[in-house]
Amino acid sequence: MAFVQLRGIKKQFGAVNAVDGVDLEIKDGEFLVLLGPSGSGKTTLMRLCAGLEKPTAGELVIDGEVVNDVPPRERGIAMVFQSYALYPHKTVFKNIAFPLTVEGLDKSEIRYKVELAAGLLGIGRLLERMPSQISGGEKQRVAIARALVRKPKVLLMDEPLSNLDAKVRHTARVELKKFQQEIGVTTIYVTHDQAEAMGLGDRIAVMSEGRVRQIGIPEDIYHDPADTFVAGFIGNPPMNFVEQNGVIVGFRPEVFLPAELASTEDQTKFRFKVTRVENLGSFKLAYGTIGETGVIANLQLRVPLEEGREYDFSVRSKDVRYYHRETGVRITK
Amino acid sequence: MLKKIFLKGGFYGALAFFILFSASPFYIMLITTFKKSHDLFNPNNNPFFFAELPTLDHMKLLFSQTLFTTFLWNTLLVGVAVVVITVLLAVPAAFSLARMAGKWGESIGIGIFLTYLVPPTLLFIPLSRIVAILGLQNSLWSLILVYPTFTVPFCTWLLMSFFKSIPKDIEEQALIDGCSRMGAFFRILLPLAVPGIISVVVFAFTLVANEYIYALAFIQDSAKKTIGIGLTTELVRGDVFYWGSLMGGALLASIPVALLYTFFLDRIISGLAMGASKR
Amino acid sequence: MKPKKHFFDRETVLAPLLVLPAGLYIVLFVGFPFVMSFVYSISNVTVGNPNFKIVGLQNFTAILADPVFRTSLFNTVIFTVVSVLLVLVFAHILAELLLRDFRGKWLVRFLIMLPWTAPIALGAVGFLWFLDSVFSPIDWLLRDVGLLGKPGALLGPASNLYWLGRPVLAMASIILVHVWRLLPLGTVILISGMNSIPKEIVEAAQMDGAGYFRRLFDINLPLLFPVIGVTILFATFFTFTDMTVVWVLTRGGPPPNATQVLASLAFLTGIEGGDLAQGAAIAIFFFPVLAGLAIIVLRLVKKAIVT
Repeated sequence: MAFVQLRGIKKQFGAVNAVDGVDLEIKDGEFLVLLGPSGSGKTTLMRLCAGLEKPTAGELVIDGEVVNDVPPRERGIAMVFQSYALYPHKTVFKNIAFPLTVEGLDKSEIRYKVELAAGLLGIGRLLERMPSQISGGEKQRVAIARALVRKPKVLLMDEPLSNLDAKVRHTARVELKKFQQEIGVTTIYVTHDQAEAMGLGDRIAVMSEGRVRQIGIPEDIYHDPADTFVAGFIGNPPMNFVEQNGVIVGFRPEVFLPAELASTEDQTKFRFKVTRVENLGSFKLAYGTIGETGVIANLQLRVPLEEGREYDFSVRSKDVRYYHRETGVRITK
Repeated sequence: MLKKIFLKGGFYGALAFFILFSASPFYIMLITTFKKSHDLFNPNNNPFFFAELPTLDHMKLLFSQTLFTTFLWNTLLVGVAVVVITVLLAVPAAFSLARMAGKWGESIGIGIFLTYLVPPTLLFIPLSRIVAILGLQNSLWSLILVYPTFTVPFCTWLLMSFFKSIPKDIEEQALIDGCSRMGAFFRILLPLAVPGIISVVVFAFTLVANEYIYALAFIQDSAKKTIGIGLTTELVRGDVFYWGSLMGGALLASIPVALLYTFFLDRIISGLAMGASKR
Repeated sequence: MKPKKHFFDRETVLAPLLVLPAGLYIVLFVGFPFVMSFVYSISNVTVGNPNFKIVGLQNFTAILADPVFRTSLFNTVIFTVVSVLLVLVFAHILAELLLRDFRGKWLVRFLIMLPWTAPIALGAVGFLWFLDSVFSPIDWLLRDVGLLGKPGALLGPASNLYWLGRPVLAMASIILVHVWRLLPLGTVILISGMNSIPKEIVEAAQMDGAGYFRRLFDINLPLLFPVIGVTILFATFFTFTDMTVVWVLTRGGPPPNATQVLASLAFLTGIEGGDLAQGAAIAIFFFPVLAGLAIIVLRLVKKAIVT
């Protein structure tokens, strides 16, 4: 178990700043999710932690030791790749045993540890199979077992669920979280899927263009986005933005309600012209405009709305967020 | 229906033509090897089949009266030595160029491939001087020293494309699982590259068995000759007496090489085509 | 921190170190002789006189004035061009045949590949018998069908054609053997190219009602262009620089030099005659063609990297 610190980490590939000055602190036993669109530098940041890339500037500290010049194998980390990277020529047993074999442990100890890890992940019956003979979900478990068998200080995971089909993915996510909590290993998890990030992360670091835009618990990231990028990236559909009096006014689609349904609290009012209504089963989405700006409302099915008409809508003032018109940074009012 | 039969007939006809064209020299070797001299040297007898009973006389002569087995042995010796040298030089180079060396690795790789396009016929004159200065004329060592000039460049290129086809993740996983760069190479990449290395071994060996010009230029001593020059210089003397043995020798030596090569042909050719067109 | 311990992790040191043995070997035994062949070509070095002087372009003026050299150059070009063209045409037909499925394909493939997979010197030995002045099985066949050896026969009344004894027939024989040898290589390269053409394109063209030749010229050939390029490249390379076929079959004969090629002439001059300088000068004539091939290879590789 260990904490990880990143101090002013930069990574350049030629003229491109893949990671552009990141400061992060990951606590002992924490599950930190790096969330961002592709090209945001999240995978590079993780590879820097793993030692697969060398930082151009900055310091990387694991468990109190600066590890910039320490090769991956001596960092006490383990990693699960997106592709799982199982050694295709080795059986599942030998795959999981590999880190221990390299360490030079004796056979009985290796067998004991591999069987323990395999048992934890419920893959004990697969040990003699080859990687080509098991399913995607099983491969993922093998990769995790291999990562954990050495009892790493830090576990790194690069989109480990993205190669699974949608059905398996949800259960895998729940199990992964349960598992991490049980053994309490410090975990850094890279994903571009915000549902995964929300469900898994103790904290989420949202990245874009090589920088961390916001770091916080999932609720804060969702309800109090630090800037318009985070606000626009998180949430499906994302936050609505309307420009008023020289500032950007932002509010989530589900707090944007017909005025008559609103409570008596302090309200901010809008005229909402509905252009299209989409029924999505348990709720519906109303697309329309405030002035010239397109916005979306997420409503219960029973709210009556007709396409082409204008309504009075409102948002509780405490649900409204304000952002600077040029920089997009949040302003507190 | 008639058209279909006609097309089918045309197809098999054309195929038969090409098979005859390609295989007939080997067929004629086979027949000639086992023909009695009396049968063989009668211009009126059908050369494509036996007019008299077949005989093993030419074969016996080949193995007892000629240096055929010596030629084979020499070829095998040179082949094994060259294969070992080639693998020792080409495998690390290909790994480095494909996996470690980034951009300049690509350029050097192409450079090494281009040296494959420098033919023996351009190099044999200076090389004959080098061989003479080193005192290796008439020695199999001259061939062992020089043959890697064509095996190393091509095999390096072939292995580069092989190493490139192994996902990078797997190597990085090995680094994280406790290997050094070299450790990952020996423990993970090398076992995965075994099929590629085998095809390189086969390819290098068949190239050695094929080589003619250097052997012709460096070796005059009959007992030091390899199979190609041995057969064509020692058994061809305008002396009709040797025809059956000559054919038998050529057939016996070419079929194993051809079988070996055919077995790995697809991989080698795709490497050849990759080298020049796509990766 | 502890550089010794991490030696096997240091890419910047390891990468050059691993290339070094192969690189050094290639520099010493390909690069150096390559340069030396140029140096020799402008010197007066012979086997008997290794302490040579640079004599300028003297060797080149001498060989250019030599009719034997000019014949050899002409023969080399003819052999190469005709062989490559024939290989292309036949390989295309053969590739189309082999793309289909039929029983015993492995054996058929093995037989058809034989000329390429078996050592060429040994394959040529088979042709030596085929083209023998007295016992040639081809002549026997021609006699058998009445085209040869009878008064008034189409190919003459003599009982043999003397394939390797008459200049034009000897040249044709050399070309025949080159085509025989390179056909499998060309075929395999073309097959790999044809397999890479998406089936939908061909099917779409068939449905549009395009006939065989229409499909050949409008679809197959343009798509196959790079692969055809590769075929030409290798076929040219192997024919242009080869001397094995000539050496085994004719040694440059029939006299004086009907089938002499650059490679065999360089060998005769440089090794058998001991005149290293002139031999090298003759071999230098490979260089422009090879350089051209190298440039094409580089272009193709670059294109492949971009796409």
